[in-house]
Amino acid sequence: MSKKNDRIFVKGNEAIARGALAAKCKCFFGYPITPQNDIPEYMSSEIIKAGGDFVQAESEVAAANMLLGAGASGVRAMTSSSSPGIALKQEAISYMAGSEIPAVIVNMNRGGPGLGDIGPAQGDYYQSTRGGGHGDYRHFTFGPGTVQEAYDLTIKAFDIAFKQRTPVLILGDAILGQMKEPITPWLPENIDEEAGRDWAVTGRTGGREKRLVKSLFLEEGALAEQNRHLQAKYDSWKSMTEAEQFETEDADLILCAYGSIGRIAKSAVRKFRKDGKKVGLFRPITLYPFPSDELKELAEQGKRFLTIEHNLGQMLDDVRLAIRTVADSDFYPIYPGNLPTPDELEEPILKCLEGK
Amino acid sequence: MSEMNEKLVFDRPDSVIDRPTHYCPGCHHGIAHRLVGELLDEMDLTEKTLMVTSIGCSVFLYNYLNADAVEAPHGRAPAVATGVKRARPDSFVFTYQGDGDLASIGMAEIMHAANRGEKMSVVFVNNTVYGMTGGQMAPTTMIGQVTTTTPAGRCQTHEGAPIRMTEIIASLGGTAFAARGALNTVANIKKSRKYLKKAFEFQLNGTGFGFVELLSGCPTNWKMTALAANERIKDEMIPYFPLGVYKDVSEEGGVC
Ligand SMILES: Cc1ncc(C[n+]2csc(CCOP(=O)(O)OP(=O)(O)O)c2C)c(N)n1
Ligand code: SF4
Repeated sequence: MSKKNDRIFVKGNEAIARGALAAKCKCFFGYPITPQNDIPEYMSSEIIKAGGDFVQAESEVAAANMLLGAGASGVRAMTSSSSPGIALKQEAISYMAGSEIPAVIVNMNRGGPGLGDIGPAQGDYYQSTRGGGHGDYRHFTFGPGTVQEAYDLTIKAFDIAFKQRTPVLILGDAILGQMKEPITPWLPENIDEEAGRDWAVTGRTGGREKRLVKSLFLEEGALAEQNRHLQAKYDSWKSMTEAEQFETEDADLILCAYGSIGRIAKSAVRKFRKDGKKVGLFRPITLYPFPSDELKELAEQGKRFLTIEHNLGQMLDDVRLAIRTVADSDFYPIYPGNLPTPDELEEPILKCLEGK
Repeated sequence: MSEMNEKLVFDRPDSVIDRPTHYCPGCHHGIAHRLVGELLDEMDLTEKTLMVTSIGCSVFLYNYLNADAVEAPHGRAPAVATGVKRARPDSFVFTYQGDGDLASIGMAEIMHAANRGEKMSVVFVNNTVYGMTGGQMAPTTMIGQVTTTTPAGRCQTHEGAPIRMTEIIASLGGTAFAARGALNTVANIKKSRKYLKKAFEFQLNGTGFGFVELLSGCPTNWKMTALAANERIKDEMIPYFPLGVYKDVSEEGGVC
């Protein structure tokens, strides 16, 4: 149990920045875009105090490639941005996946397409979970729902990035980034800051063999071999899925929602439970890998599903893929550009409950 | 025995790997590689070098030089190198980029890395054409030069004028050293080597950004013999891209 004075009251964005510093992030590369500016702003002073470095890059393209360079040299590094900026980072993210470079990327999803608006939205789900850049790749993707979780998952993201040699994405939105909540910060133990010692480019000091970090595979069959290796790695992540289940045990209807919407859906569940209605929540925390097995188990118990997203239907595909042999899911879209409330969700939930 | 009287005057530098290159006959990339390799040996840099290779014919630089390397997306080598150098400030970092890579798609990255005064060195191989993709127009293509995308020759009113990168880089605040050499004659090669050495020194003593442009031949895409390509550098390129040092802060009294 944490004491009250261990707690701090911070925005989600700041929690992510603090989590990164706790994880010994040494380089941060940013470019301003709302609603994530608190992260580079916080880093611009704090990472320097921590003995690291901060660069305000000339563009998101450059920031992502700086991240590529720092990651390739085995150093814990991060960038953050929001939707159009993340789109610009995708080429580098694909190169990082192809070259197996560890790095952490934060996307505070805003409304799109195009310039859209700066409000919360979940329209980047496909981009975040399918490999938004070119070629066959995936990366680990977390969808935190609370400020504490944002802190915790950022620390975890660095661990996974280095253990799995992969970029890891944290997908939030303006609700999570701008909301202040009390959190209990903690410091992870035993961080291996030289985790890249057997593969990173660090210079051939002592005359060791030279190392290459690259994604070009031209010889006959070499790329196929690399893709096979990457796919095996992604398959192995299936055992690393995470999801929150809330009141699912006896539920007739399960709401599937993630991130901020997952949290709003939870409030709706509480309200329905007060009225004695059997509604539960399934909130994926890892968006890639998607917690399909857990969801399927619920489907096998005969439950019904309603997917709620702040987009026009993206995670819905993953829900359906997970449960397709036993059940289907209804869908309620919250159109980006609107701020959802638990009340707004009541009617669609009620309709589903009554089988309409 | 005659061997006893022979003196070895020219050998492969240790930093250059003993293997045939993939370059076309008469291509100057090989000479540029060798100059860098010689300097890595001479300045004892091989063990602390982190090379950032770019996209273009030279993407395989890492197969020829015996140092750690990371591959950058097209044009982004200066940003990747920024990340590398910020992450490992004690290392020696250089990018190796063609004109399409550096002056077209990567224009923003090179300008800003120079302007920030990143402690890194850039080897810029200007052959006035996109070599690897088959000879399309580059930002440095000369007026009148026929390429696969300027079949009637580059026209200033339609395609703009060839960009002089060294002059631009020299004008930026973080640049410690900027020079243009050529690889068409032995004298020019020797001068280019001096420029590269100076650029490397400015990184090593922490002064700032070093930039060396090397006017180079691409006989294949110029559809010329290697010797004619050397002549073209002299007759057409050097008059438009004058050789020499454009910025040297040791003479000016330092940047920052
Ligand atoms: C984003 C992207 N766009 C285009 C290409 C294709 N491409 C490969 S090499 C190259 C041109 C390189 O020309 P240059 O930098 O002049 O080098 P050279 O081959 O002449 O040495 C291009 C356009 C690519 N690899 N990536
Ligand atoms: S195409 Fe041109 S630049 Fe490329 S290897 Fe051949 S001669 Fe050299």
